[in-house]
Amino acid sequence: ATLVRVQRGGSPSAQTEGKLTLLCDAKTDGSFLVHHFLSFYLKANCKVCLVALIQSFSHYNIVGQKLGVSLTAARERGQLVVLEGLKSGVDVFFRPREEPHPLQFLREANAGDLQPLYAFVRDALQPVDSGEAAWRCPVLLVDDLSVLLSLGVGPVAVLDFVHYCRATVCQEWKGNVVCLVHDSGDTEDEESDVLLNGLSHQSHLILRAEGLATGFCKDVHGQLRILWRRPLQPTTHRDRSLTYQYKIQDKSVSFFAKGMSPAVL
Amino acid sequence: RHLSPRLRPSEGLARPPPPPTDNCPNGPFRPGHGKSVERDVVPTCVYQHSGGAIPHSVEWEGRSLLKALVKKSALRGEQVHVLGCEVSEEEFREGFDSNINSRLVYHDLFRDPLSWSKPGKALPGGPLEALRALDKRTVSGPATIALDSLSWLLHHLPCPTLCQTLHALSRQDSCPGDTPPGEQVRVLGLLHEELHGPGPLGALSSLAQTEVTLSGMMGQASAQILCRRPRQRPTHQTQWFSILPDFSLELQAEPPLESQPRSDPHTPSVDPTTHLTFNLHLSKKEREAKDSLTLPFQFSSEKQQALLRPGLGQATSHIFYEPDAYDDLDQEDPDDDLDV
Repeated sequence: ATLVRVQRGGSPSAQTEGKLTLLCDAKTDGSFLVHHFLSFYLKANCKVCLVALIQSFSHYNIVGQKLGVSLTAARERGQLVVLEGLKSGVDVFFRPREEPHPLQFLREANAGDLQPLYAFVRDALQPVDSGEAAWRCPVLLVDDLSVLLSLGVGPVAVLDFVHYCRATVCQEWKGNVVCLVHDSGDTEDEESDVLLNGLSHQSHLILRAEGLATGFCKDVHGQLRILWRRPLQPTTHRDRSLTYQYKIQDKSVSFFAKGMSPAVL
Repeated sequence: RHLSPRLRPSEGLARPPPPPTDNCPNGPFRPGHGKSVERDVVPTCVYQHSGGAIPHSVEWEGRSLLKALVKKSALRGEQVHVLGCEVSEEEFREGFDSNINSRLVYHDLFRDPLSWSKPGKALPGGPLEALRALDKRTVSGPATIALDSLSWLLHHLPCPTLCQTLHALSRQDSCPGDTPPGEQVRVLGLLHEELHGPGPLGALSSLAQTEVTLSGMMGQASAQILCRRPRQRPTHQTQWFSILPDFSLELQAEPPLESQPRSDPHTPSVDPTTHLTFNLHLSKKEREAKDSLTLPFQFSSEKQQALLRPGLGQATSHIFYEPDAYDDLDQEDPDDDLDV
């Protein structure tokens, strides 16, 4: 798949470590990218922390099995740490208030900051010098950040959370962070725009899945725009973006150049 | 709304300095705003615009220009203080040689700006104190303060506080006396326009003496520079530029003409006729037959002659009509009653 080529050869190398990748979708569902990155990093033997706020663990597991990884097995051997937002969100209300919980902001009247969530991520991915076979770089996957806005967290608080994850996971531990946000598009959602624009500035790589401008199509599910930001050297934008169209199949996603779908030719 | 990139320099106010007093506790008076020494671009605020959610404007990022200006200041011998909130020190220093890096002091607000880390790597006092501390550090000589970024500060500090602090930063201590030439503090701020509403943007704009807005066309970056000088009309100028890999600023006279988009050398061009179920190609014989074919409605000279010359057995044209039982032959001319 082209996404693997985007990551330069299918394994995290020095060039692709310490990066924040932003997944963004507009008028379509970009969650296939989350599943891709999850299976990609698990196969690459990285330590992965998945903050799953949208779907249950079994959903990711089922899709992961189609992509060739077993999330249950990864969790059991300690490679994967999952925060299941749907389940543990309820726990927040049944626990004593003094115990810190990653989704503590759900209890607060004024959803303050996401420091407890950051602390959870930091503890999950902290490199451990235990002498055993170390995993490759730590990876944080968040699915997704837009739902935090719906839960009452301000966009600046979400940006701060991503900032800290970037400072710790990317900068300090040379790991990668992958986050999914939704582009509200034409709807005048200022908070969503601030979040998306702020994240775009922080990101090294932006993958944007868009629905086709002409509407739904059976054979071409959407368009993927890839933009590299923060290159090592300031170059002209010409080299920095690519566009592909894609079709999601049962076990994979096929990419092709615009207008070159096999169904259309 | 259409966002055009604007660099917002944050300089001192364009007001005249307060009247001198006799009690001056501190050192010599230093004017707040930096006087531009460069012939061309005088930014005091590098402002990055990044309009929509993606690309067309996220491309025109302002940090490269900020770094280019920092480099210029450093090469002039000034000390540069960078308040870094958005990128790590390592990333900011990347691309600078050791000569520049030695003149650059990086105040790190990136690693732990909100004191979330347990061992506490934060700068004491948080962002506001870090900002205020900057003016105490510029002790002697001309200096440049670069704020990367104003957007981050605006998100974490109340706007009035930020404006007051910026104003104080550029004013320094004011005292009567001779202004030593070159004892100036230039404040550069990077601002991402689309992250803020018109109120804070307007407030920061009023503080700035120069606003530089970034945009571009066809791969070439341009800067809209708006200069407000005291008691003068604001001047507006457009400057095309590019930033070289070593962060030198290269100014261009006019936008380069690109007649056609350059094809990407990395992706091989795809031949769309390779996997078709029908044949689009012609063999040599077919091509010859096609070329020699005259089209039915093409009016060539042969056809013209054929029409003009009546052929044999074609003297007149006859119409043979056999009326059947139901036909009604009316000999009258149906157009008789027309009064034409």
